Formats: sequence, structure tokens, C-alpha cells
Amino acid sequence: MSELVLTLLRLGFLALLWALVLVTVVVLRRDLRAPRDARPLVVAAAPRAGSRPAKAPRSRSDKPAKPSRSGPRSFVVVEGPLAGTVIPLGTADITLGRAPDSTLVLDDDYASNKHSKVTLINGTWVVSDLGSTNGTWVDRSRIGGPTPLAVGQQLKVGRTVLELRR
Amino acid sequence: MSAGILTAPAPVPRYRQPTRRWTEAGLLVAAYAVGAAAYIQVDLAMLGKLATDTVPVLSVIAALLLLVHGAIRLLARWADPILVPAVATLNILGLAMIHRLDLAEIQRANRNGGVAPPPDVYSQLTWTALGIVLFIVVLVAVRDHRTLQRYTYTAMFLGLVLLLLPLAPIVGATVNGATLWVRFGGLSFQPGELAKILLTIFFAGYLTVTRDSLALVRTRVLGVGLPRGRDLGPLFVAWFVSLGVLVFERDLGTSLLFFGLFVALLYVATQRRSWLVLGAVLFITGAVLAYLSFGHVRLRVDVWLHPFADEADTSYQIAQSLYGFASGGMFGSGLGQGYPQLVPYAKSDFIVSAFGEELGLIGLMAMLVLYGVIVERGLRTAIACRDVFGTLLAAGLSISLGLQVFVVVGGVSRLIPLTGLTTPFLAQGGSSLVANWIAIGLLMRISDSARRPDAEAVALEDAPTQVVSL
Repeated sequence: MSELVLTLLRLGFLALLWALVLVTVVVLRRDLRAPRDARPLVVAAAPRAGSRPAKAPRSRSDKPAKPSRSGPRSFVVVEGPLAGTVIPLGTADITLGRAPDSTLVLDDDYASNKHSKVTLINGTWVVSDLGSTNGTWVDRSRIGGPTPLAVGQQLKVGRTVLELRR
Repeated sequence: MSAGILTAPAPVPRYRQPTRRWTEAGLLVAAYAVGAAAYIQVDLAMLGKLATDTVPVLSVIAALLLLVHGAIRLLARWADPILVPAVATLNILGLAMIHRLDLAEIQRANRNGGVAPPPDVYSQLTWTALGIVLFIVVLVAVRDHRTLQRYTYTAMFLGLVLLLLPLAPIVGATVNGATLWVRFGGLSFQPGELAKILLTIFFAGYLTVTRDSLALVRTRVLGVGLPRGRDLGPLFVAWFVSLGVLVFERDLGTSLLFFGLFVALLYVATQRRSWLVLGAVLFITGAVLAYLSFGHVRLRVDVWLHPFADEADTSYQIAQSLYGFASGGMFGSGLGQGYPQLVPYAKSDFIVSAFGEELGLIGLMAMLVLYGVIVERGLRTAIACRDVFGTLLAAGLSISLGLQVFVVVGGVSRLIPLTGLTTPFLAQGGSSLVANWIAIGLLMRISDSARRPDAEAVALEDAPTQVVSL
């Protein structure tokens, strides 16, 4: 074996070894995200007659055609494994977390069992954290106490993002 | 709104989750390509042509990989796709390095006109096959990892017996000053390796039951919340047993691994940092005591601090190992082109320095990243697991693997004093290889149940919340 061939083999092997490591890391990264063919599951459609069939609303421009007269009517999951889920709003509290008795049961390693609660107070929906590990976030800042939630503001719990919709 | 109508029942599959078995197949092909390239490069560099046994050995390895992949498809099809390829890569690289050192021995024997010792790569290959068979046996026998929790105390008993077996009069054997071998007939085995897994099962089962009292009941001492006196019992028992291993079997590595694993699992189970502080205090106390009272510990520390003081005798190994790393440099000498055979025990205890010499820092880092990936997948499995026992078991198995790699690589590179642990999957030695394949089998079983989408949501509220930093 000539010196040159051996040197090429030597460096080639190192490249091959790192190629394997990088492929492994790519697979690993992909594993952290939800699969691309994830199909959202609609739990309950917005209870308005004539509204189009609910599908995964991806952006804020994807609002229902007819705006309603008063406050928000539904709570929509816009990101995360449950994306597309629509929760019609009434007057009852909404609890978020992994506990099976939550209103929205999150199957999310980053969410706590009893993560946060959204309550209707004087016509405003107010979100409060229930001592979660990773906190409750409104528009990218972690809330310290009960925080009023306006339409279009993004509420983040674990890897799930929710929005109030009219 | 009537509450509850919008609650998605937890077990509903939310999307079609891929099993990722084809990903695993692809990665296994890549792993095999890397391993075979290493093996062939050894032959080309040392002989200029393929050795006569290279093709059969590589075929056997290919058959073994096919076997393990087929078994996973049948028995654990939702399991993690990265674990086994990463393990296989390291295992084949280990075989290639042992083959390389075999060739060095043959060449030296030819030069000196002596008789070459029989090649070790065959026995290592046999142990690999046995390890893979036992990996499959684990997948077959343990259909649900939660059944293992029933054997918590059986595992403790068996684990302690295995740990102490080398001290037994007839079967026990002392090799190089450490009493960790059992011999019957011509076969020798290190029971400590299996004890490691059994004790991990015991720790996981024990902490599943007691973690609440260990986590919640605190007494305040000087403003710091500390566990009650009686809750400290298990920690002290673990400390005494590991000190006992150190004193009577003179095995620094197992002692360290055993205690470190228990403290780490206490922390995982309770999420209280005070256990880590207590563990560190106990560890330092034990280390100082051992240094003061035992000659062999003092020798290890002295050699660690002054590797070139007594280079010809006591620190010969570590000094040669450091020379190996140094001559390897960044890119290494290339497989088959260095002199790793100059380090004593290059096939077993010092195989990492053989790789450091021939693959250089760049190659060794790639291998360490692979270990990191294995540990990461294990901890990821622990997080995804739905029950506490599985979480603790998966965490324990991956932490013990990580600790072992840290202790070995730290030892041969003189970051910490040298201890006698084996490098998982790389080093020559059947007990360690077989035990580590069994551990990976358990991890795959837990991972299978954690990733299976239609699994019933078992005790979801008991699963820990993963901490995310934003």
C-alpha cells in the first residue's frame, strides 16, 4: 500500500465516521418534531351554523369569515400535537394540563399535570399558572400572576400554543 | 358550555406515528459500512491485502445485524431507531481494533520467531453474538417492563450475591490485584457487570415506592431543607456497600459506579438537589478515607498526579497511554499505522487510548458523541415513559452507561485517577459486552412501550415534567 493511499484511507475513514454521526444527529433532530404527516384531530367544531368545517388553522389571517359581535367565542390550538383542536367558550373554566381531568388534556412532556387555568372574570378571559414546571407564556413572556388574555394573543403551555378567536 | 365535551380522551392516536424501523435499517447499514471500512483498513494498512478471515468475520457481523434488526421488527417495533445502530457501530469498531491488535501480536511473533497467541477477535465475536442473543431473549421474556418491578427485592438479593461472588472461596479469582472474577472450569466471568443491571432494577423499584417520602419530608437544618434521619438510611447503605466493594474487592471503578448511580437516581426520583450535595459529601469523605487507609488507592492517585515520575514501573500503563494520545494528535496515525500495542492491556482497559492514537482526537470525539447519543436516547426514553418505574429504570441504565464511559475515558486520559472499568461495547471482555447488550435490550423494551401510540395512558399523572429552558 502506498503512503498516499493509506493517508486517503485514513482521512476518508474519519470523514465516514463523522458522516455517520451527523446522519444520526439529523435523525435525532427529526425525532424531536412531530412527524410531517401529522394529521390534526378536531375535537369539537365551533358551534356556529354555516361555519366551514374546522381544519388546522395555521395563521392569524385564517379567521372565520364572519366576525362576531362581542368577545371571543372559541379557544383554538394553533401549534403542538393537538393543533386544530377548537374549544368552544362558554362560561366554565378551562384547565390545561396532562391530568386526565383537564379540559384540554395535553400529551406533552413539557407540560405539567395541572399546568394552567383560563377563567372568565367580568367578561375577560384571564389565564393563571397553576405552579407548572415550565411556566405559562403569553406572547413570549412568562406570566407572573393572573393575566388577561385578548383575542389573538398567543398562550403557550409546554409545546402547545393556543389563541382566543372571535 | 358543558364542560368536558371537548376533552380529547388521552389514548386516542393523534396522528399516524411512524415506527421508524426503516430509519433504523438505514442507520444499521451505515453502521456496518463504517465498521467494515475500519476492519478492511486495518488489513490493508498492516498486511497490504485482506486477511484470510476478514470476509467470514464481516459476514458473521452482517448476519448478526440482520438478526437483531429482524428481532426488533417482530418484538419491539415502536422502539427507538437510533440506539441499536449506535451500539452496533461501537461494537464493530471494537472488533476491528481487537483484530488490529491481534495482527500486531502475530507480526511481533513472526519477527521474534515465537508463537503468536490465538487471536482474540473470535472470542469477542462469539461474545457479541451471545450478547445479541440475550438482547433478543430480553425482548421475548420481558413483554412489559413493569413486570420487573415485582422482582425489586429479588433483584437486590441476586445483585448483591453477584457483587460478592468473587470473594467466595472456590470460584472467586483475583486478577491484577482486583477480585472481580468468577471462574468455573475454563470459563471466567465478571459477575459485577450483571449485578449492575440487577441493582439498577432494584434502585428503580425501591425509589418508585419511596420517592414521595424521600422528596417531601424535610427537616430544616440551618435554613436548608434536609431529609429526615431515617430517610438517609438507604443512602448510607449504598455508601457502605460501595466502600465494601472497594475494600474487599479492590475495585475502584465498580464502587464508584455503584454509588454514583444510586445518588443520580435519588436525584431523578425526588428532583431534590440536596441528595446530590449529600452524595458528594459522602463521596469525598469516602475517597479521602480510602486514600488514607489503602495502599492501592494511594498508588492510583499518585500515578494520576505524577504519571512520569515512575514511568518504568507503576505508571508505565498511563504514561504509554498518554504517549499514544500524543502521537495520535488531531487526525490520528490511521488504523493499523500506529503503535497502540505498546500500551499494556490495549485490547481491554486501554482500548480508548488505542483509538485515540489511531483515529486521533477527531475520531475519538466521534465515538464519544455516539456514546452521548446512546445516553441521550436512554434519557429521552425515560422522559417519554409513562410510568415511574420505567422512567427510573431507563434513566438508571443510561446514567450507568454514561458514568462508565466517563470513568474509563477520564481514567486513560488522566482527567481522573485510573479505575478498572471496561469501555462499554468496545473493550475486550465478554461479561461487559453481554451485560451491556442486555441493558440495551431493556432500554429498547421501555422505549417500545413509551413510543407506542395506542398504549393505554398508564398513570399519566405520575410521569415527570420535562424541564425546558427558554
